Amino acid sequence: MTLLAPVNKIIPFSNVDGPSNRTAIFFQGCCFNCLFCHNPETINMCISCGDCVKTCPVQALSFNEQGKVVWDSNKCVQCDTCIKTCQHNSSPKIKWMSVDEVVQEVKRTAPYIEGITTSGGECTLWNDFLIELYKEVKLLGKTCLIDSNGSFDFEKDPRILEVSDGVMLDVKAVGEKWNNYLIGYDRTMILKNLEYLLKVDKLYEVRTIIFPNRDKENEKTVRYVSNIIKDKCFYKIIRYRPFGVREEYQEALGDFTTDEDYAQKYVELAHSLGATKAYII
Amino acid sequence: MSEALNIIKDKTLTYRQELIALARLGESTDDSLRYSDEYYQAKAKGALCDLNEGVMPYRPRYICPDYKVLFEKGSAFLELDPPKDLLEAVNALEIMYAHVPSITTYPVYLGDLDKLLEPFVLKEDRAYAKKILRLFLLHIDKVLTDSFVHADIGPEDSVTARILLELTEEMQLAVPNLTLRYDPEITSDDFAMACVKCMLKTSKPSFANHKMFVEEWGPDYAIASCYNGLKIAGGGFTLPRMRLYECSLDATSPEDFVNNVLPKYVDLQLEYMDKRVKFIVEESTFFTDNFLSTEGFVKQENFIGMFGLVGLAECCNHLLGIEDKKKGFGLNKEATELGIKIMDAIEKQVSEHVAPYCDAFGHRYKLHAQVGINTDGMDDSPGTRIPIFAEPSILEQLEVNEKFHKYFPTGTGDIFKFEETYEKTPEAILPIIKGSLANGLRYFSGYLENCDVVRVTGYLVKKSEIEKLRQNKQSLNNVTVFGQGAQDGGHALDRRVQKADDIISSSK
Repeated sequence: MTLLAPVNKIIPFSNVDGPSNRTAIFFQGCCFNCLFCHNPETINMCISCGDCVKTCPVQALSFNEQGKVVWDSNKCVQCDTCIKTCQHNSSPKIKWMSVDEVVQEVKRTAPYIEGITTSGGECTLWNDFLIELYKEVKLLGKTCLIDSNGSFDFEKDPRILEVSDGVMLDVKAVGEKWNNYLIGYDRTMILKNLEYLLKVDKLYEVRTIIFPNRDKENEKTVRYVSNIIKDKCFYKIIRYRPFGVREEYQEALGDFTTDEDYAQKYVELAHSLGATKAYII
Repeated sequence: MSEALNIIKDKTLTYRQELIALARLGESTDDSLRYSDEYYQAKAKGALCDLNEGVMPYRPRYICPDYKVLFEKGSAFLELDPPKDLLEAVNALEIMYAHVPSITTYPVYLGDLDKLLEPFVLKEDRAYAKKILRLFLLHIDKVLTDSFVHADIGPEDSVTARILLELTEEMQLAVPNLTLRYDPEITSDDFAMACVKCMLKTSKPSFANHKMFVEEWGPDYAIASCYNGLKIAGGGFTLPRMRLYECSLDATSPEDFVNNVLPKYVDLQLEYMDKRVKFIVEESTFFTDNFLSTEGFVKQENFIGMFGLVGLAECCNHLLGIEDKKKGFGLNKEATELGIKIMDAIEKQVSEHVAPYCDAFGHRYKLHAQVGINTDGMDDSPGTRIPIFAEPSILEQLEVNEKFHKYFPTGTGDIFKFEETYEKTPEAILPIIKGSLANGLRYFSGYLENCDVVRVTGYLVKKSEIEKLRQNKQSLNNVTVFGQGAQDGGHALDRRVQKADDIISSSK
């Protein structure tokens, strides 16, 4: 049977999903529910409740004979009314694509890119699909990076690492209570992956978001990560930005961007602990 | 008020700008050089345009002297000996630039500055060499006050090119325009990246497809004015342009256009060019008496006639009855394919025409995708570009460009405006340039959305200088007024910003 995976979108040229120019492929579905998620519409699979069918201003959404919501990409004007309507953190604009279909898209961008990055959602939920995709992309002479939340047990099933060039790993919170509040998922596997990926030389970069006015938790995470990675991989210090964050969580986390000088202090902390490849974006 | 009085009373014109405007007005009073009635009719309805080149061409439009001659032999007319050190070299160039004419009255080609100056730069302490080159660039910006003044560097890395890039970023000047002749097999990634970083901050250099130009022109080609491919020790006689949208208004169908309307206008423009080329060679004294000719800085056989056109997008959209340009040329397969058919027809007809002179090119003219002028408004997009406000993602824009750049050895190009995150990720741009040149793109320009020095349609202006004109003050650069017009009428500075969240619209 042909492998299929739900693709939320493909960005042909991205300068923010790994080094150089990359094609970024976003898969639907995530096992976390981070309060600060910027694209919460990628978290769940569509349940075909039909709310968005009613609100679509150009009738690009409808029910098919099996009662599933289907999306007509030719009629769609990308106004995102459906995403604003959805109460289930999902999107009706998902394409179930085969490896070959995704590879066709990558072939088109191949002359202009260094490689691809798979992201999400959480792309490792589609591990078997990724393995086949990476094998094909490698044949085009391009690199493959995994953007992951760290929930996948890479040590137990290292097949994907064998065909990829590395992982960009989110370490969102090290303090247990703060972690549980922030992402709603146990952090043990993430921290295990941090050490394992470093050991097998597949950790391209770690990312941590710096929240406004959370001195203690910010420092705990940055200290922990810096002490482990040292100068062995990049450490991207990201300022929290409210853009895309669900309104109810903006109240809890802040409706403003982390001050650049405030975040810069954590870059300097990382540098002082030996994580010399830490930088701010 | 008379036209002359208007010029004299215009508060925004500098003395030099008044002088040039009055000279043009004087030239236009002569009618010795006559064209056919059909030509004047076509001009009156805007289907053909002479780009205000003047009715009496007294020099070729673009002149690309071989400055190596100056460095090897000096100049008898200018009483200059070959320079012995860097100071003498830049001084000799500055003197010579003042005597190189063009349509703008300023030199449109300053030479391959890195190759010319490198032997002298290497003999000096780097800091001292940089100081001299700083004054050299300052002289160019303040005396050659016109953004069509253009210098070239590359494809090889050099100390001189590195210093020029550093100064370009430090000084933030609109003049000169700058091109890197780029060939990934010759140009190192490190040097190319230095150029990308400089381009993001200053809108220059642009990247020229060196391999493509060498195949067409041989190794001695110049990029002059906006992005014009020409021969060193040669240049361009004349550059009129077809305004394809206005031409298309005569047609009853795409077939009628290609079979009947188009050939008529192509012939009229060819006839116009023939007369002007002959006049320049046979009547004006440039090739017989100007020191550039008599001392071998240029050779008449290296000059070519440039067959220009604009508005292919609007032409195709009109012929197919497409009113929404976001669904037209460049985004619609049928419209883009019609564009190719039209270009094939123009190329064929022009290549079959035996041109007077143009000996180095087998007596043929070559095509030029003209960048538009400030009075074009939104009717005719530059050359074969996708109209502003209809631009698709950069990927799709490049894919369309790659189909059309091959038609234009005497110049074409496109401009991409990048959002600010690219300032921190310049390495994401080089693969885009490499890929597009490998796929047939001729010329790539870019800038960051928050730049002051910006590329309008092909030339550079400072946004802060446009503001001066808006406040009824004078701007030293002759071209600022074109930038203002292109922005007010054509929204040339409002081109789409390339962001990372662009998705492909045609694959929807």
